[in-house]
Amino acid sequence: MAMTGVLRPGHAVVRVLDLDESVKFYTNVMGLKETGRDASGRVYFKTHAERDHNSFVIRKADRAGMDCFAFKVLNKATLATLEGRLREYGVATERVAAGEMLETGERVRFQVPTGHMIELYAEKTDIGNGMGYTNPEVFVQNAVGINPIRMDHCLIYGGDIDGNLKLFQDVLDFSLVERVKLEDGTTDLATWLTCSHKAHDIAMVRHAEDAKLHHVSFLLETWEQVLRAADIMSMNRVSIDIGPTRHGVTQGTTIYFFDPSGNRMETFCGGYQWYPDMQPTTWTWDEVGAAVFYHDRKLNPAFLTVVT
Amino acid sequence: MIRATQTATAPDEFAAPHERRQVVVRFDVLIEDTGETYRCAETRSLLEGMEALGRKGIPVGCRNGGCGVCKVQVTSGSYASRVMSREHVSEEDEREGRVLACRVRPTSDVHLAVIGKMKKSVVRRVETADAPTSHST
Repeated sequence: MAMTGVLRPGHAVVRVLDLDESVKFYTNVMGLKETGRDASGRVYFKTHAERDHNSFVIRKADRAGMDCFAFKVLNKATLATLEGRLREYGVATERVAAGEMLETGERVRFQVPTGHMIELYAEKTDIGNGMGYTNPEVFVQNAVGINPIRMDHCLIYGGDIDGNLKLFQDVLDFSLVERVKLEDGTTDLATWLTCSHKAHDIAMVRHAEDAKLHHVSFLLETWEQVLRAADIMSMNRVSIDIGPTRHGVTQGTTIYFFDPSGNRMETFCGGYQWYPDMQPTTWTWDEVGAAVFYHDRKLNPAFLTVVT
Repeated sequence: MIRATQTATAPDEFAAPHERRQVVVRFDVLIEDTGETYRCAETRSLLEGMEALGRKGIPVGCRNGGCGVCKVQVTSGSYASRVMSREHVSEEDEREGRVLACRVRPTSDVHLAVIGKMKKSVVRRVETADAPTSHST
């Protein structure tokens, strides 16, 4: 598995209904750092700890949801190789010029079977986190809000998650880490995939509508920080979906909540490390509740229905 | 029909601004589907007002105008609204009072009927495999 090919989630581009309200939310409550705005009106953020210029981008639109989710790959040669493999597999790809997104190199853009737009890119300016690369401190001081470590993964909803699984496994070398089976014991309700050693870098749930966002997730370091995040949300009257609680799948501790446009976000901590000699974990339909919400052992009504 | 309850207290000029009692105006909201009525402050959305009292009847989703599950038809009364996702509320919907309960605050007593249904779930689709997979939002 050595870290080659697709390295990690790189950026999510999310649509918001009110730009100013959303900038305030992501800056003051989520505690991200705004790093720039472009001519088309997109606002760029990264976490205070992240090094690359941006990991989370919002734009004003008349409907909520996610425009695309991107992964960073090892280098430009890898980008070209993966582009070739996608085309060979029968996926139409498009090159987006370097600089179309601020401080971001050329992107290879394509649609996966669930209708979502996925991007790959090799280059994004390392603007650092202010601590430098020689004798750095351990965290960025004076950050406000929840202040997560990184944008970590996303969960998408759509019809053909089987096609997605095959594409991510066969073309992009992702591995299946966990899955939930439907009542028939055969069909996947949901799958969790990784391109790295994490329990998930992207996950997907079978759904009647394509191209839907369930959530974008941000990593925290401890369970106490998850609880503190919930306090900060309540102080700011953030709409909390569920939590703090724990997922059976990935074993992460979690809060699901909604941004001011109704896009679900997650702040989470933990989960185990995955290695390619491990076999995937399967959850059966009768334990789907514990798979998703380990303590409640039942789904909340919003889990399978509320998406943007 | 407009019946506002004013829980008013004279402003205390010696109190700090955050301690001054505000005039809280509340209106009756009738959910026609269930016949239930609850009191909603004019400062709260119809959905928030319902949830704050532990009441049910309107499906609760994102609470922020994005997911569409709390869509209602306002059949009488007036309200102030905020931006809602066009995915779920067209301009015609807005003109005709089909709105998201999480994005409208009452400015009079309100009667409403629930339109939004949390029926997009693949689980229900599987459970009712004979039913068409289309859905309204």
